Amino acid sequence: MATKAIKSHINNSRADRVFNFFNYIVLALVLVGVLYPLWYILIASISDPNLVTLGKVTLYPKGVTFAGYKKVLEYRDVWIGFRNSIFYTVAFTALSTALTVSSGYVLSRKDLVGRKLLTGFFMVCMFFNGGLIPTYMVVRSLGMIDTVWAVIVPNCVWVYNMLIARTFFSTTLPDEMLEATQIDGCTNLRFFFRFAIPLSPSIIAVIALFYAVAQWNSFFDALVYLKTKDLYPLQIHLRNILLMNSVDSSVVGDAASMDERQRLADMLKYVLIIVSSTPMFILYPFVQKYFVKGVMIGAVKG
Amino acid sequence: MQGGQAATVQNAASKSEKAKERAFKTKLMKRNWDLYLLILPTVLFFIIFKYVPMYGVQIAFRDFRPVDGIWGSAWIGLDNFRRFFTSYQFSQTLVNTLTISFMSLFINFPIPVIFALLLNQVEVKWFKKSVQTVSYVPYFISTVVMVGLLFSFLSPTSGPINTLIKATGGTPINFLGVPNMFKWIYVFSDTWQMTGYNAIIYIASLSGISPEYYEAAMVDGASKFKRMLYIDIPFLIPTVCVMFILSAGRVMSVGFEKAFLMQTPLNLTKSEIISTFVYKTGLVQSDFSFSTAVSLFNTVVNLVLIVSVNTVTKKLSNGENSLW
Repeated sequence: MATKAIKSHINNSRADRVFNFFNYIVLALVLVGVLYPLWYILIASISDPNLVTLGKVTLYPKGVTFAGYKKVLEYRDVWIGFRNSIFYTVAFTALSTALTVSSGYVLSRKDLVGRKLLTGFFMVCMFFNGGLIPTYMVVRSLGMIDTVWAVIVPNCVWVYNMLIARTFFSTTLPDEMLEATQIDGCTNLRFFFRFAIPLSPSIIAVIALFYAVAQWNSFFDALVYLKTKDLYPLQIHLRNILLMNSVDSSVVGDAASMDERQRLADMLKYVLIIVSSTPMFILYPFVQKYFVKGVMIGAVKG
Repeated sequence: MQGGQAATVQNAASKSEKAKERAFKTKLMKRNWDLYLLILPTVLFFIIFKYVPMYGVQIAFRDFRPVDGIWGSAWIGLDNFRRFFTSYQFSQTLVNTLTISFMSLFINFPIPVIFALLLNQVEVKWFKKSVQTVSYVPYFISTVVMVGLLFSFLSPTSGPINTLIKATGGTPINFLGVPNMFKWIYVFSDTWQMTGYNAIIYIASLSGISPEYYEAAMVDGASKFKRMLYIDIPFLIPTVCVMFILSAGRVMSVGFEKAFLMQTPLNLTKSEIISTFVYKTGLVQSDFSFSTAVSLFNTVVNLVLIVSVNTVTKKLSNGENSLW
């Protein structure tokens, strides 16, 4: 009660009112600044491409048309890319999460002889790496170039995520629990699968999420290791279309003039940005629930 | 005499203790054999994909020719490094890399801190929550799409920025074609994409401040601004330090993807950075040894940076704020 009274009294002070006024304005501007580019792409994707090119579309869609979305449906490369990306994301996330969580758990065990050594062995890789070419040569000598493995395997465990898992396990699983089950003759593997994993759905979600987002958005490994078009993930096709302006002519070929083609290609770009980001935005409520959590665990000095 | 005896006894005791400890460790290792099994795949992964490439870094000191293989290629010492240091690309890529990263550091490091401080002062819960949730939406956009968005947004013909410039009577600018614009576009698009994400940790730290501090300050008549200055900021400093060390350590590792994707033939003089140069010499021109030398130079500078920043911060804060 008392604090409330004090609060209301002090909130009315002139300095605070001025502060609040500017604070809300700044934050509202931030909100608009973050959302406007996304909003613009959305309205540009459903507006008449001629009006977009003329710069007439700024705040709301004009001459609404879904022609761009229809065109994208016919775009074979994009859909193959989409399918590949889904496959890469699922496979990579499954493999990475399994390796990360299991090794994170092992590193969290205080009774592990050589724990410091092992942790050091992994942490060295955070600060030093062989670099592009030596890694490329290893991948090549394993015969992985231009195969799906090249996108999934070479980057599949991140030390940072492993440390997050380690911190999580060592702070949430009580030592007494392990001791009690050990007295009953429970092996380490059994403890891991029957107790540690079922008790830690949130850390698994967090780590899977970090990996999935990274793989869905990744582009570099595919650029370096893949040559066959049918293996390309979506991001490579997006790069070709959005940035190198190379639109499959069969998709825009029925347009009459060069100008018309360019406009259709531009429209396709907006549509593609929307389509390629859709999976992320569908997952967003889930993502944002676990995401903040994950960043926080990562911030705890381990 | 007695002292000597005691020492011998102690010595023997410590010896047997050591033996005991060793026996205990062996027993533990035996009992925990399955833990080693569990971590084995990951260890193998790191050996193959991280440690073997580290060993392979030696091609930086060799004249690598595919026919001779890594082991057969001749040692040439520091020739590749000398070649890099004397090439015109050395100063160009180094200056570009450092310009972009220092600008990022000085602009994009403080902004999330300020954003978090301001957001922390908002009392309307739904507004606070929605601003925060919206603020890290851009983080989830891929680099390719981000750059595609930039191309559309800054397009000299149809982009809204140029529409605005034309509407106010100016002449449209081809932003991505002007070399000197590159760094600003790079840094400010990062501001847009990363601020919300980078602020998460500060916002969470601020929400951990006990309300008692604020109440006490309010009783003393401290305004919101003063509370921010004397409670929030001192509270944030340790987190800020750790984040600063991490960012400073990354100064030489400007992300490859964004710079590479934003490059156009017109802006190349200002957009060629070390990582894109490594990619081009290595995989486009297949000059494996040279590319590895350039990348090794980059890694070593990075390592030196992170260690020295950490040491300095540790000294300044009497051993409190550091990574290790």
